[in-house]
Amino acid sequence: MEFLSDIASLINSTLRISTPLVFAAMAGIFAERSGVIDFSLEGKMLMAAFVAAVGSYFLGNPWLGLLLAIIACVSLSMLHGFASVTYKGDQVVSCVAINILIIGLTTALAAAWFGQAGLTPTLTEDQRFLEVNLPFAESLKDVPIIGTIYSDILSGHYIFVYLAYLSVPLVFWVVFKTSFGLRLRAVGENPSAVDTAGINVFAMRYKALAINGVLIAFAGAHLSTAVNANFFREMSAGRGYLALAAMIFGKWHPKTALVACLLFGFTDALQIRLQGVELPAIGEIPVQLIQAIPYVLTVVLLAGFVGKAIAPNAIGQPYIKER
Amino acid sequence: MVSPILELTNINKSFGHVHANKNINLTINKGTIHGIIGENGAGKSTLMSIVFGLYQANSGTIKVNGKEINLRSPKDSIINGIGMVHQHFMLVENFTVLENIILGFEGELVFGKNLEKAKKDLNDLCDTYKLNIDLNSTISDLSVGFRQRVEILKSLYRGAEILILDEPTGVLTPQEVDELFKILRSLKEEGKTIVLITHKLIEIMDLTSEVSVMRQGEMVGHTKTENTNKEQLAEMMVGRSVLLRLDKSEVKAGEVLFSVKNLTVKDDLDVTRVKNVDLEIRSGEILGLAGVTGNGQTELLEALSGIRKVESGEIYLEGKKVSDSQNFLDPRELKDKGLAHVPEDRQRMGLVTDFKAYENLIFGYHDQQPFSKSSVLNHRDIISHSKKIMEEYDVRPQSPNLITSNFSGGNQQKIILSRELNENPKVLLVGQPTRGVDIGAIEFIHQRLIDMRDRGTAILLVSVELDEVLSLSDRIVVMFDGKIVGEKENKNVTDRELGLLMAGVV
Repeated sequence: MEFLSDIASLINSTLRISTPLVFAAMAGIFAERSGVIDFSLEGKMLMAAFVAAVGSYFLGNPWLGLLLAIIACVSLSMLHGFASVTYKGDQVVSCVAINILIIGLTTALAAAWFGQAGLTPTLTEDQRFLEVNLPFAESLKDVPIIGTIYSDILSGHYIFVYLAYLSVPLVFWVVFKTSFGLRLRAVGENPSAVDTAGINVFAMRYKALAINGVLIAFAGAHLSTAVNANFFREMSAGRGYLALAAMIFGKWHPKTALVACLLFGFTDALQIRLQGVELPAIGEIPVQLIQAIPYVLTVVLLAGFVGKAIAPNAIGQPYIKER
Repeated sequence: MVSPILELTNINKSFGHVHANKNINLTINKGTIHGIIGENGAGKSTLMSIVFGLYQANSGTIKVNGKEINLRSPKDSIINGIGMVHQHFMLVENFTVLENIILGFEGELVFGKNLEKAKKDLNDLCDTYKLNIDLNSTISDLSVGFRQRVEILKSLYRGAEILILDEPTGVLTPQEVDELFKILRSLKEEGKTIVLITHKLIEIMDLTSEVSVMRQGEMVGHTKTENTNKEQLAEMMVGRSVLLRLDKSEVKAGEVLFSVKNLTVKDDLDVTRVKNVDLEIRSGEILGLAGVTGNGQTELLEALSGIRKVESGEIYLEGKKVSDSQNFLDPRELKDKGLAHVPEDRQRMGLVTDFKAYENLIFGYHDQQPFSKSSVLNHRDIISHSKKIMEEYDVRPQSPNLITSNFSGGNQQKIILSRELNENPKVLLVGQPTRGVDIGAIEFIHQRLIDMRDRGTAILLVSVELDEVLSLSDRIVVMFDGKIVGEKENKNVTDRELGLLMAGVV
């Protein structure tokens, strides 16, 4: 029984930890499928976390914080588009600029407004998202198996967790079953084909980036107004890069990207669970070694499998119509 | 009876300093096949890209069916019944035929009913024009000829009444060209108007009823095809009279300078592409190697020039063994021994296109006197050498400091040729010397190759242009599926005969 509840809690935290990764990977799929590299998932996630926390603190409502975070992230996406789509700048440089800008900006603004470098005030319960208990979760709790799955694993998450996993089939549907998705995939593969079909290449890429901004905002808000009750310096902690790796590992495909996100989330959950645990024969594993697991896994997976992943053909190339 | 479907008046278009189209006037009649001929860079593709809405003209008017239209994007052109098959296909390679065709014309937000209707309409169109396309196949699995048909089908599905084809035969085999022409003729019979952009005179004479000639951004003449001939058109294109037939002296072949024994070569995917090939090239002769693209010519040429490893067999230069599977000379060492190589793909292997012309003019010889002394480049000598050689080989413009990619295809090719020929090689390997090169430059390049031969160089000419092989070579070998399937003295050989060998029939 002890073992079973261990497993349940491990799955439970995997779902929670993977959430920002899933949002970010889905955001990345939109940008990159349209042919625009997005290394700035990290910066945007951090920006969203900051704006959501600050917005919610001043306005007293986490939903308004989320809305502001969406506005902020879409703006950053547009900035990226302006530099790399309209002005055909180097997409990676534009992303790096955004990432660096946001680290400094969030720290500085927090210092200016709240007097603490990179820290915002703790949110009250009204100002943040709370765990959602699914209906009948309490009464089903003691039913074997079903109770464990429903009440212990599925119930009691923040709203973002549910939204993240709902977003995956939605993204799949949009990308593969709609005319917008067809154009999106085409513009990342061969923008000339899109242009000669009478579709505006630039408009398509901006639309994709706008969706990207909305999705990544959810990841940030999840960090600062749901699992935590404030923003702190560099709280995105590389999740944007990890999500990018998951997206590549998932071959720019929502379903496989989800699997990759869950895998990364699981190793993270596992490393938290393993800390301080004494293994038979080996003894206690140094915490640093355990903490390194997700990163080692990333490197191994990417080194081993990225060769088979084929990026959208036109990725990273600005569209130039006239010679 | 004859009514104009497309009228262009005073079209002008500049790209920076280049005036690509100057006051172009053009009238195209309904239901005709109208040829537009001109050398590379004459402005044909630019003009048609304007008609297709891809570029916007600086000035001028365009009328379709007598009504003036404003073309801001390809969408406007498509609405007005104009379709275009580009030289480089506008297809998404990992999409299916169906997905490529409906792109932009899906007719619904979520795929459903319209998709079924589109399939039916497309299958009807395929039947009408005998296109024989499977809508569910992925583009990357299709041959070039079929990809072109997909482009035609795409235009038809989008309601094209005027179909513009930009150099459609450049990438096709002779058989595929026949098929294409059949399709184009049946389109004409159904009342469609076809505009054929080409630099090949034979296609104009074969297919069109009217022809317009462009030169250096200007329209220099219109005529009915029946009232003109190849020589006259060539003269209009180039602006001077052109020799379409080469004057060539009798071959005076000397001793064997280059030979290949039982050569086998594999490609990067470990597939055997050259199978037990024997070749001998003598001093003072041109050996032509004919064959359809992809039958091992590329790998053979790469192995002979030292770029690719030999799997088995031997290569001899002046009777001395230079390469077998164990010991081989690299391209540099072969070069030092008097072997020059003009690669098939000039932009990938022959040039660094982002470099300046003078840099490309000395590549491979850059560490020799007088270009460099103790590893330091001697700028002044390089420039003066470049100027001299560019004049000698008529490279235009004559500016050593210009970035190589800004030269036309023909002039880029002249840059490579001048670099390689200037060293007076004993053996010269040339791949596709006139691919994408205009008539005037073709004449020049061919004459240079003949001159080299007359001076005693042994030349191997690899070309997919059968006309070129026939007009230059003294002896012709045909390659099919990695093997030499035939050898002929170039006397009374017909292209039919060679065509059968190339197709692997005999």
